[in-house]
Amino acid sequence: MSQMIIANRLIDGLVIYMGPKGEWVGSISEGAVFENEHDAQRWLVVAQQAVEDSVVVDPYLIDIDAGGGKSLPVGARETIRAFGPSVRTDLLEDAEGNGG
Amino acid sequence: MGLIKEGKLVNDPFKNVSDCETVPAKGPVIVSIDQWMVRRDDLLKRSDLIGIWLKSDEHPETIAGDLAYLSLVALEFPSFRDGRAYSYARLLRDKYVFSGEIRAVGDVLLDQLHFMARSGFDAFEVESEDPLDAYNIAAADYSVWYQQTGDGRLSAAELRGKGIRR
Amino acid sequence: MYRYDEFDHKLVQERVQQFRHQVKRRLSGELTEDQFKPLRLMNGLYLQLHAYMLRVNVPYGAMTSRQMRKFAHVARTYDRGFGHFTTRQNIQYNWVKLEETPNLLAELAEVEVTGIQSSGNCVRNITSDHYAGRIKDELADPRVYCELLRQYTVLHPEFSFLPRKFKIAVTGSPKDRAAVALHDIGLRMHLNDSGKLGFEVLVGGGQGRTPVIAKTIREWLSPEHLMAYVEAILRVYNLNGRRDNIHKARIKIIVNQLGIDRYRELVDQEFDRIKGDVKGIPEAEIQRIKAYFAPPEYEELPDFTDKLSTLRLADKAFDLWMSSNVAEHKIRGYAIVNLTLKAPDRVPGDITATAMDAVADLADEYSLGEMRVNHRQNLVFVDVKQMDLHNLWQKLGPLELATPNLGQLTDMITCPGLDYCNLANARSIPVAQDINKHFVDVDRLIAIGDFTVNISGCMNACGHHHVGNVGILGVDKHGTEFFQLTLGGSSDEGASLGDRLGRALPQEEVPAAIEAIVDTYMDIREDDERFLDTYRRIGMVPFKEAVYGSADTKVVV
Repeated sequence: MSQMIIANRLIDGLVIYMGPKGEWVGSISEGAVFENEHDAQRWLVVAQQAVEDSVVVDPYLIDIDAGGGKSLPVGARETIRAFGPSVRTDLLEDAEGNGG
Repeated sequence: MGLIKEGKLVNDPFKNVSDCETVPAKGPVIVSIDQWMVRRDDLLKRSDLIGIWLKSDEHPETIAGDLAYLSLVALEFPSFRDGRAYSYARLLRDKYVFSGEIRAVGDVLLDQLHFMARSGFDAFEVESEDPLDAYNIAAADYSVWYQQTGDGRLSAAELRGKGIRR
Repeated sequence: MYRYDEFDHKLVQERVQQFRHQVKRRLSGELTEDQFKPLRLMNGLYLQLHAYMLRVNVPYGAMTSRQMRKFAHVARTYDRGFGHFTTRQNIQYNWVKLEETPNLLAELAEVEVTGIQSSGNCVRNITSDHYAGRIKDELADPRVYCELLRQYTVLHPEFSFLPRKFKIAVTGSPKDRAAVALHDIGLRMHLNDSGKLGFEVLVGGGQGRTPVIAKTIREWLSPEHLMAYVEAILRVYNLNGRRDNIHKARIKIIVNQLGIDRYRELVDQEFDRIKGDVKGIPEAEIQRIKAYFAPPEYEELPDFTDKLSTLRLADKAFDLWMSSNVAEHKIRGYAIVNLTLKAPDRVPGDITATAMDAVADLADEYSLGEMRVNHRQNLVFVDVKQMDLHNLWQKLGPLELATPNLGQLTDMITCPGLDYCNLANARSIPVAQDINKHFVDVDRLIAIGDFTVNISGCMNACGHHHVGNVGILGVDKHGTEFFQLTLGGSSDEGASLGDRLGRALPQEEVPAAIEAIVDTYMDIREDDERFLDTYRRIGMVPFKEAVYGSADTKVVV
């Protein structure tokens, strides 16, 4: 199963994902997809360092369904974290401030 | 690490004696409640001050009858989340009328300093590079209290009653 | 309404200043998340699914228009334009930024509200009857004691790190609108044999994963001993409550383990020791606080009921609203108006900044500038002239605040659920919206009558599912959201916990199950019997058959 790293940004709490160079991005579409467990664990160490550095809070790995050309989270919880409350689609806004 | 008493960084005259150590011939010591029970007579023969260290599941009731011999009770916070020591301190002051030192030891989070001071603690083991500075910052946090706790400070309601305005 | 004096203001300002410093230390890395978390929680700041969530106390549910305008301002300036009223008479904001929180709290402090102890293992917002001070059947205004308890418990040095959270509710009326039996301490005013006003004290009630109806620890307590007695209960709990397992740490567990008689014995010993010393609150202070809750200067108004009857005859919609959302006021010519936050397609309890401003303006125009929020997530105008009711109704309609469903099946308590909450297993709000789609016939809803549906997205029970006539609990089954139904719960003066109906249902089957339960009830009820009474008389079997079919029933029973 493909994976991504999700966390909250410390300063504003918004949902962020780890990007391909270990940077943090506000949209799941820009997140790095790890195809194997070894890579995922290696980058999780980098994420832990970001916790130590007071940049992010509570990073962890999520399963990603990368079929169909788009990286989508598996399950309701991570879908809601990625795209906002399912009952308020009018509020869609990601950590980059991009309205939906 | 430093010991703060009456707003000052002080040298600790007491030695913490663990259960496997022997009690030194001279000098004030702090022992566990188990040691106190076992070596009570020997300790009382010494002429130096004695303190007892209570863990958070050790109720001061067990030493209530011995408080007259004790100069210090150290109440341990195994985690700053474990709030039993606040009640122990209140009981020591109010119920058992203990007037010796009540020392906060263990996970002493200075953000809770006011809670401790108001509950009856008067000495604090502070884990910090600059314990006095950390203490002073925390001590400046509050000047108004709603509750009476018998620590001598007047509650807001009492000040209102006296017609004192801030 | 209580107003802060310089002491109250100073304390809250000092609290904000302390938190400002703590946030600075967190952002600089001086504090770790583990150290910071309890500090932020005790100011009401959670980290949720989407961002930081701030929970702001509305003490005993009473608000001024000025406070409501500030809530609107906060929603607009610091959040995404809306807030959510909860069952603890709080308002929550869902996208608050950590670095902005100190400024936000400073702004709230200006209007005398805070997030202090809206979370953490301490005494939470004291809740009460939303009709307090305005309803005929009341013995005394509970808000006086709520405010005394608020001051007593805020930043209590001894009781800020209890084994677990602690909730207190007070009612001054025999009709319990504050769910006092579901609280760690419930206080119920009543007269003793010599006619003196005091409190029945209940202890050890609560919901969550182990729901318990509170037990009476003292039949009658004199008001002057309130603080000493509460202190005794809290001290016994602080010393004896379990700290080894978070799920067994609430007072209800230790009360059950020791037995209520033993717990009472411990409390009484402590109470006897301290009741002389805990001077508690000086009499002058009690009088000072009482004065704030003195009734407003009501006008001498004629009874307007006849004229209202004419208006009601002329307009069925107005008539429906009058029957369901308007309650009798103790003063002639006045009425209590419930503003339901339960429009069918809306999120229960949510309100936009625009609507908050409009509500504040309407409160100034029609309700002496005051309002309440109740534990069923609705707002209340407590001092409306009867002659203004029609005008007010017309203005509430466009704001979607006049849905005439108070106490009816569609007036559902709904927790934020998995759409917002870190703890949730399932989404609550879409279930409420689905049920609404099935119950659109107003006449049918009226025929059904009193019927509470309470929905929680997990076993923590923020949606009070245990005490809904129908309770709905979201559970996760291998990554899919399912819903477990219970029947027969109630949070009023005859409080009871719901019984499990049967196996959990997928979301799409929930509305049909509610339909089946309602149809069964309508078939077998006697006269105007409430659903709760029918259930208590008949029991589970016909409802179970209606939902699962008779074959299924045999297996499940």
